[in-house]
Amino acid sequence: MKRIRTPLTEKDILSLKAGDEVLLSGEIYTSRDQAHKRMLKKIPLNIKQAVIYYCGPTKTPPGKIIGSCGPTTSSRMDAFTPLLLKRGLKAMIGKGRRSEEVKQAIKKYKAVYFLAYAGCGALISKYVQKARPVAYADLGPEAIYRLEVKDFPLIVGIDAKGRSIYG
Amino acid sequence: MKIINSAEIIKVVADLCLKANCNLRLDILRKLKAAYKTEKNPKAKNALAAIIENARIAAKEKLAICQDTGLPIVFIELGQDIRITGDLKQAVLQGIEQGYKKGNFRESIISDPVARGKSNYRGAVIHTDIVKGDKLKITVLPKGFGCENKSQFKMLNPTAGEGQVKEFIIQAVKSAGPDACPPYVVGVGIGGSSDYAGFLAKAALLKNVNAKRSKLERDLEKEISKLNIGPMGLGGKITCLAVRVESFPTHIAGLPVAVNISCHALRSASAIL
Repeated sequence: MKRIRTPLTEKDILSLKAGDEVLLSGEIYTSRDQAHKRMLKKIPLNIKQAVIYYCGPTKTPPGKIIGSCGPTTSSRMDAFTPLLLKRGLKAMIGKGRRSEEVKQAIKKYKAVYFLAYAGCGALISKYVQKARPVAYADLGPEAIYRLEVKDFPLIVGIDAKGRSIYG
Repeated sequence: MKIINSAEIIKVVADLCLKANCNLRLDILRKLKAAYKTEKNPKAKNALAAIIENARIAAKEKLAICQDTGLPIVFIELGQDIRITGDLKQAVLQGIEQGYKKGNFRESIISDPVARGKSNYRGAVIHTDIVKGDKLKITVLPKGFGCENKSQFKMLNPTAGEGQVKEFIIQAVKSAGPDACPPYVVGVGIGGSSDYAGFLAKAALLKNVNAKRSKLERDLEKEISKLNIGPMGLGGKITCLAVRVESFPTHIAGLPVAVNISCHALRSASAIL
């Protein structure tokens, strides 16, 4: 299986095809509904080449790095995504389908959309080596967390040519 | 008359929240393992393996099966010969708050659905039924909202017949597609009133998925498997683990049908006091 590391280069991204299974390592940021809504006004992180993971983890149990942290439904973020891609966002991780607009924006800005194993939050917590909130702490589980992941198993959902695993 | 102290109810509900969120239902796990054996599509098989491994880790490490620890749906069957000291409803809500806090589960409840604001552990949908006898049965079903968002409801014409009922249910699963964590358990409520059909669809999710199923349920399972959605939407035969239907008498002028889709992480736990 192919291993890739953040920050993702254009070469990395262009080498990925919808349906490919990859292991991702490096820095990613969690962000979901309310954080996306706020980012319309101001983006509180360096979005250039960033990877966003649609995830709202549970609280962190004592002695753990993070709690259960699987992907949430990506389509709820569709309305906010083209703008973030325009600003330099390079990859998204979530579950399920994306809108036609998002697909076109992924193609235009040479980005990629990954699927994570959905409903497997306990398992996914094992790939997280570091986690800390970096913005919107008042949003609780919807705050933006910076995660350091190692060999996070993903499937390419939509590649930079706009091809989707769901057809 | 049997007396139950509300303090005991708090404790029982807290334990049920922990159990339901960290231990996948055995009937679901059994079904997933059988699905893993029969699935041929390699990607779908990997997804099923991940789901089964996730359940193992969650139980072993007392982690939530899914980060979406849901909106707690509580079903209470209250024996009419019981007297409860204290406040039953408050006891249930307190039990939920305690259990969710102890499990380090997610604060997924919003007090004001429109203004939103800060999320918390305070809130649950409680269905209470008064039954014969002196037993109190409490069931907690933490319902994740990725799949709850795919619920559908329709008032069909009374002349619609089985064909249109099936068609509506199948299109609901089709429209959920790969988004709501398939393989699904499809809960269906047929009959009653608009509100009651919705309740029945949710209650149908409490039925054992391995128990004997009706012809309607079997037919629907067969049709749904042809949708080729598969685990995580990666294709294959295993689009739903089971279809469970609850029916109820209705009015001559209507035919309410509600569909409540559950993700593969269908969680619930019960206790009898």
